[in-house]
Amino acid sequence: MAEHTRHHPHESARTSADRVPTVIADGVDIVYRVNGAAAGRGTATAALNRILRRERAGRAAGVRRVHAVRGVSFVAYRGEAIGLIGTNGSGKSTLLKAVAGLLPVENGRIYTDGQPSLLGVNAALMNDLTGERNVHLGGLAMGMSREQIRERYQDIVDFSGINDKGDFITLPMRTYSSGMAARLRFSIAAAKDHDVLLVDEALATGDRSFQKRSEERIRELRERAGTVFLVSHSNKSIRDTCDRVLWLERGELRMDGPTAEVLKEYEAFTGGPDRARPKR
Amino acid sequence: MSQVLHTPPPTTAPPATDLAALAARHGLSVSGARPSLPQYVRQLWARRHFITAFATAKLTAQYSQAKLGQVWQVMTPLLNAAVYYVIFGVLLQTKQGVPDYVPFLVTGVFIWTFTQSSVMAGTRAISGNLGLVRALHFPRAALPLSFCLQQLQQLLFSMAALVVILLAFGVPPAPSWLLAVPALVLQFVFNAGLSMAMARLGAKTPDIAQLMPFVLRTWMYASGVMWSIDHMTSGRSGLPSWVGPLLQANPAAVYIDLMRFALIDTFHASQLPPHVWAIAAGWALLAGAGGFVYFWKAEEMYGRG
Repeated sequence: MAEHTRHHPHESARTSADRVPTVIADGVDIVYRVNGAAAGRGTATAALNRILRRERAGRAAGVRRVHAVRGVSFVAYRGEAIGLIGTNGSGKSTLLKAVAGLLPVENGRIYTDGQPSLLGVNAALMNDLTGERNVHLGGLAMGMSREQIRERYQDIVDFSGINDKGDFITLPMRTYSSGMAARLRFSIAAAKDHDVLLVDEALATGDRSFQKRSEERIRELRERAGTVFLVSHSNKSIRDTCDRVLWLERGELRMDGPTAEVLKEYEAFTGGPDRARPKR
Repeated sequence: MSQVLHTPPPTTAPPATDLAALAARHGLSVSGARPSLPQYVRQLWARRHFITAFATAKLTAQYSQAKLGQVWQVMTPLLNAAVYYVIFGVLLQTKQGVPDYVPFLVTGVFIWTFTQSSVMAGTRAISGNLGLVRALHFPRAALPLSFCLQQLQQLLFSMAALVVILLAFGVPPAPSWLLAVPALVLQFVFNAGLSMAMARLGAKTPDIAQLMPFVLRTWMYASGVMWSIDHMTSGRSGLPSWVGPLLQANPAAVYIDLMRFALIDTFHASQLPPHVWAIAAGWALLAGAGGFVYFWKAEEMYGRG
């Protein structure tokens, strides 16, 4: 049944030959290698055994291979907003990271127009620094110039609403509540313009009013960006934002087509429609 | 429930050549491919503000929770030097024969610490920052470089403390103090190259971080941090004659002795190995260029799970 609804790259190319591809995945395989997670537990004898056996058995004895994405092919065009769905551990985030060029692919190729970027700067920020310095650091980490950061600094702070309840931006981030910190992180991440934007469950931060604002911001980013990929477990936000959906299951591309069709199949697969599922 | 376990039919992906041709027609590039060396240098240069900002941020974050705050930047190296003085100067009497032993020792400890902590930070630069590597796109060499820069900033605090110690122990300021600048530049290039090489090794085999403290300690004892290689080897029989020059040519000893020569008036040029500046520049060039190219060669591999 997945066959007939599949959105074939060729068909789309034929129906509108003038469409410009921005991301092409060509038979992509992604494999994680995990040290010390072999059948035996992580004991010293197991590790020793692994080292000793490697000499005889050759290829990566004791290193477990996790095949996270298998043979995925698709073509994304400029102006598309593509949702990635699938149950937990189906390889959505992994695929997104490979598109961003952050994970190497085992087989196949991913071609991109420009540098796709993940929405997120959490890893570059430091809790011991003030919000102000984190705005600068995060901006630089994302590749913004110092001038761009200076220009947008006030927008970032205003959007985050950190200063609504007093001068918090000059305090270290460790003093923020988790909601405040999440809002600042999202504001920094959303301050940059992207050619291809990859969003991984970012719409779930902050209180209700901030969620509204950030969904709006995503739509804005989508208008400016060439292509947007959105990973989410909320079928509602997929429906609101995306016109095309890729459904991954156990690392394989199970369906690729218009949002309504794919979500219908997906809801049947996961058992019933999205029942007032909380956003997170 | 059988539907859940059902494996989807094999997707009818078009032949690989079609997609590759489509990509080529629209000028798409391969995601996550390694840039050429000149491109890589350009990318790195474009990120220079990030490199310096990250280094400074790490340095300030280090003591931000302490009551004394940034005072620890100077206190930590001073306490370190005091411990070494008590053990090697007072208890073991290593100072025999070395004039101005305290400045001699403290210079050695500070300069050695610069190389040691750069190498340690470099080893963990990728493996300890996988979150950053997996979330953002930037030339990965920015990480080891940034950590070395942080250590350089740390050293500059130590050098301020060192000046106070020098003056307190009656070492007169001299024009030769200016030689400290080129010596530090060469040492920084050497450290940066070495830590980039270690970053690649540490990214592939994180176990190296466990081994490094022992390697570094051995290296420290061989580099004449607390004792004078010159005094130790020249007056002694029993040691083969090639041991002295060999120890003196080791990069850590070269940079330590250069700094002592620059700062301490009783440390004469005769205690330096011949062609010392050439050796210092050679080590810097070898480690700097070699480490950079070695690191770049695996650029696209960093961050694999």
